[in-house]
Order: sequence, then C-alpha cells, then structure tokens
Amino acid sequence: MYDPVGALQPGTYAGFAEVQVLPPQGMIVVRGDLSDGALQSAVTAAVPLAMPGQTGASFENGRGIFWMSPDELLLMCPYAEVAGHVDSIGKALAGTHHLVADISDARAVFAVDGVDAREVLGKLTPADLAPSVFGPGSFRRTRLAQVPAAVLCETDNRFVLVCFRSVAGYVHELLKTAAIPGSEVGYWRD
Amino acid sequence: MLILTCPYCGIEADETELSPGGEAHLKRFGPGSTDEAFETYLFHRENPKGVHFERWRHAMGCGKWFHAARCTVTLEVFGTYSAQVTEPPAEIREKITTKRPGWSWRGIE
Repeated sequence: MYDPVGALQPGTYAGFAEVQVLPPQGMIVVRGDLSDGALQSAVTAAVPLAMPGQTGASFENGRGIFWMSPDELLLMCPYAEVAGHVDSIGKALAGTHHLVADISDARAVFAVDGVDAREVLGKLTPADLAPSVFGPGSFRRTRLAQVPAAVLCETDNRFVLVCFRSVAGYVHELLKTAAIPGSEVGYWRD
Repeated sequence: MLILTCPYCGIEADETELSPGGEAHLKRFGPGSTDEAFETYLFHRENPKGVHFERWRHAMGCGKWFHAARCTVTLEVFGTYSAQVTEPPAEIREKITTKRPGWSWRGIE
C-alpha cells in the first residue's frame, strides 16, 4: 500500500481568514437514477447519512453525500474506505444503468476558515453568498475565478471547497490572494 | 448581467457560470438535404430586437443544457425550460404574450 499524495502539501496560509489545504479525502462519484430505491439504499449503506434533495448536502465527521446534478452524487468518506464502497455500490447496482468511480485522486480539497471566510469566497464567485441564502449546510457548484468548484458552507465561519486536481495550484493561489491581510471588504459584517 | 434559473437544479446561475449555445429549436438538415436547406440550417439565424429563444448550458454547475426565453432589448427573462422539447412550452408562450402582446419568433407566437 502507498500513502496518498495530494496535488499540494497540506498546510495553512494565515490571511484575514485561514486558507487550509486539506489532506487527501476519499471521494466517490455515483451517477444514475437518483430516485431509484436501490441506488439510494446502496449509497446510504456506504455513507450512513440522509439522502440529500435537490442541491442539498448531508455531512458529518468527514463523511458526506452531496447532490451534484439531477443524476449525480458525490460521496465523501475516509480515503482508506473508498475501494470497499466503490465495490459494494457497484455490486448493488449491477445490471442497472449507473456509474461508480473513485475520484479521490482527481480532486483537491480546501477549507477557508475564519470570521471573514465568506469575504474570501465573495471575491471569487458570482454565487449569492449572503448568509440568509447560503447559510450552514448549503452546498452549491459554481466557479472560482476561471475554474469550476463545489462549495460547502460547513458553519458560518468555515467553507469547504472541492476543485479539480489539475487546477489545485491555481485555486490555492486565488484563495491566498483573496485572503491577503488588509484586503477585507467587510460587506457582510454586522 | 444576465441571471438564469437552471430548470434542472434550480440554481440562479450568473451568466458567467453558463455557456451560451446559440439559437434554440433549430431543426437539423444533414446529408441528403438540399444545399439550400443545409445552408439555412448552418448559417441563417434570427437576430431579433425583442423576444428571443436560446440554448444555454449550466457549465459551472450541474452541466445540463436548457432553454431560455428572454428579451434582447431589456434583458428581461421570461423563463427557462427543459432541453427535451422542440418548441417553447405553452406556459412560457402565454407568459410572453401577457408581457409582449403580438410577439412572434420564427413563426411561433
């Protein structure tokens, strides 16, 4: 067995909000008919959380189910469990039109943490990040400057981002630049 | 700035999260068709001042294609609807009629 190596070394940049490169995270893409009971039970057996609705997300302690599109889910779990879950979901859905793939090494994961974390993202995405619209538990796919990314609002002060591994360096630079101390906008401050 | 609601995921997507797909409801004329029909299919496009129908793709999001009906003068969006149709649904057409009485687009009204 080998140790997984992400696109970037895990670490922290201390801006006006903290930009964290998270260690490799187990991720599985599941595509198919999301209204199908067999698919739902296979997914929730692998990640024991509630099935999310449209644009929804359920997550807890490093595990999660994220609604990516009308026929696509993203599952998060510890890196070492991925192969087992891909296998079990694949077996449960055998014979139906579906896709299950391990994409852990094809993505990069970041977190932006701090009172002004929302400010950092607000500079980079056209999505409406107003706390009343994008509060804790919200999930949305959007863009960060020029590249697509998925954004999860974990708490009011912490956001988790998932992007393609090939643009990890670009996204890291973006986040660090947007978080340079002194560049706060203060738009969402009370 | 144009904001369109993706009918597949319900997200209010900014223009920059979408990819434009040109005019909607084109009928394809391929091999075997007359030169004239092929030319029309390939090159002749509407350029209306007013009601227009377009294809868009939610590229930085769910990735689905959809249709949008909007006004090219005011940028007012009348609605978005599924890609799996060959003409605007009655509901969208009614909505446009109440706002732009007498409109027509490529023979549709």
